[in-house]
Amino acid sequence: MLNRTNLATLLVVLAFLAVPMAATWLGTNYVITLATRVAIYGIVAVSLDMLVGRGNLVSFGHAAYFGLGGYAVAIASFHLANDVPIFGWSGTNEALIAWPLAMAVAGLAALVIGALSLRTAGVYFIMITLAFAQMLFFLFVALKYYGGDDGLSLSTRNLFAGNRITDSRTFYWICVSALALCVLLSWRILNSRFGMVLRGAAASERRMAALGFPVYRYRLAAFVIAGMMAGLAGALWANQNRFVSPDMLSWVRSGEFLVMVIMGGLSSLVGPVVGAAAFLLIESYLSGATEHWQMIFGPFVLLVAVFAPRGLWGAVRGKDRQ
Amino acid sequence: MQLFLEQLLNGLQLSLTLFLLAAGLTLVFGIMGVINLAHGSLYMIGAYAGAYAAAKTGTFWLALPAGLAAAALVGAAMEFIIVRRLYARDHLSQVLATFGLILFFNGFIAWSAGRSPLLIETPPQLAGFVEVLPGLRYPAYRLAMMAVGVAVALGLWWMISRTRVGMLIRAGSDKREMVEALGVDIAKLFTLVFALGALLAGLAGVMVGPIRSVQIGMGEQVLITTFVVIVVGGIGSIRGAFAGALLIGLCDTLGRAYVPMLLKSWLSGPLADGLGAALASVIIYLVMALVLVIRPRGLFPVSG
Repeated sequence: MLNRTNLATLLVVLAFLAVPMAATWLGTNYVITLATRVAIYGIVAVSLDMLVGRGNLVSFGHAAYFGLGGYAVAIASFHLANDVPIFGWSGTNEALIAWPLAMAVAGLAALVIGALSLRTAGVYFIMITLAFAQMLFFLFVALKYYGGDDGLSLSTRNLFAGNRITDSRTFYWICVSALALCVLLSWRILNSRFGMVLRGAAASERRMAALGFPVYRYRLAAFVIAGMMAGLAGALWANQNRFVSPDMLSWVRSGEFLVMVIMGGLSSLVGPVVGAAAFLLIESYLSGATEHWQMIFGPFVLLVAVFAPRGLWGAVRGKDRQ
Repeated sequence: MQLFLEQLLNGLQLSLTLFLLAAGLTLVFGIMGVINLAHGSLYMIGAYAGAYAAAKTGTFWLALPAGLAAAALVGAAMEFIIVRRLYARDHLSQVLATFGLILFFNGFIAWSAGRSPLLIETPPQLAGFVEVLPGLRYPAYRLAMMAVGVAVALGLWWMISRTRVGMLIRAGSDKREMVEALGVDIAKLFTLVFALGALLAGLAGVMVGPIRSVQIGMGEQVLITTFVVIVVGGIGSIRGAFAGALLIGLCDTLGRAYVPMLLKSWLSGPLADGLGAALASVIIYLVMALVLVIRPRGLFPVSG
């Protein structure tokens, strides 16, 4: 059915497909770099929306899993490049090993942090997820062996099944495919029984518990899946920039991820991706225009929060049936 | 032993600073149900206003009222213009809006005062040392800070349990609609409480000026530690804020002083150094995790 929502979704897909052509036409690779970044942040935003939008679980520490994913890739490559084994393992530069590893590390952290913070709700949950993310931030600042404050550079991008992915177009297609997979996966998840339980628990935890669903376990599973997706995004980000630093885990970044989701539109699958794009475009424009861009961006975020909590996708969706 | 006592005093001093911030934050949350991320910005504004006044007038004794007034005024304006619109909204909107405020204030300070850190000079009357115990000399200024923290804690306790405003605050945090129905101007009360919280944050900000540098981002760092404090203490409870501040302040200070040392006696080499520093910096979060496992609603949970 071609309603406004589906039309807008189609436009987003076409925009992603058109990026390489646009880059050729404009004669600049910057478009591809920016669009790659949109795809990567889009993955994080989609994963965060699964928690915030559907589950009403406001995680203010999502940057932690993003950062852990990045560090997992960087550390594996660091040990390989410096020929120092870690726990008897020589490290790796192969994406097909490093990226699942990044997801596993992020998922494991999400399991532990989620198990603790999901014992609480509401404002406790916000503060605790924030605090644990900050803990990991300080941990990486203190780990001088892996660069501490200065971060850690990757000597090369990972190899993908043995192939180089240094070409910006190749890497762009990898990131866009990863984004598409994540969107499809979360679409499948959210329309399944699992997603229904999450949404039901967001509306009334007591009702779902009375129906016999172990709400805590469902939420924890969602938290871990979202953490793994963010970890994958972190791995991609580390590859794009060939650099990771504690900044990846900072609380500001967690806040920015939330801004992307809200700006795009909660519970809308494609909305958060649009939000990520809008965020990056605004950021790159404002930070180019003035050094004090936060003075403009801050009030903008405030206005979105107060006056447009449904986000861009809310405006697109209009009167379409939800 | 002497080192231990000194660290203990340092820990107490950090605890009391944390308490000033936690008290305001927990009051605002307890009575209005608003989570205010920009509480740290008020701390920063107090510190910057103090540093500005100190640089202009050359005395700490004018920096202090300047910092207090700036924080309280900005706090009251913030409540009146923005936070008021957020009472009925979900936590997500509150988090986002106050996140926007943080970005704005950080940008504003960078634009108006520059990015280089400032320092407020210690007042000459308090520049010396006091011999607290035979052989243990401790900076007079830090002792004064602790005295102020204790005085504020006692004052708050008196205000909340013994005065009419305190009664309204207690009633408001319990049943807001009921207080309103009794004819109390709840909007005015909210502005007042918010400004009071801002004032305490500003006080903390000016007071740390002479011992730590005044810089952008100082607010967020302390804000997150403050979150840990009130999560440990129980959100909405002043008593919890005090207990949480003591626990976290002492664990942090003593942890940083002793964990690397202890670790070195077991392990050796650069690994011990790195691991010790890393462990010391995460110790308060581990304490928080432990409290959460045992008492998910904090040490002094507020009923209801």
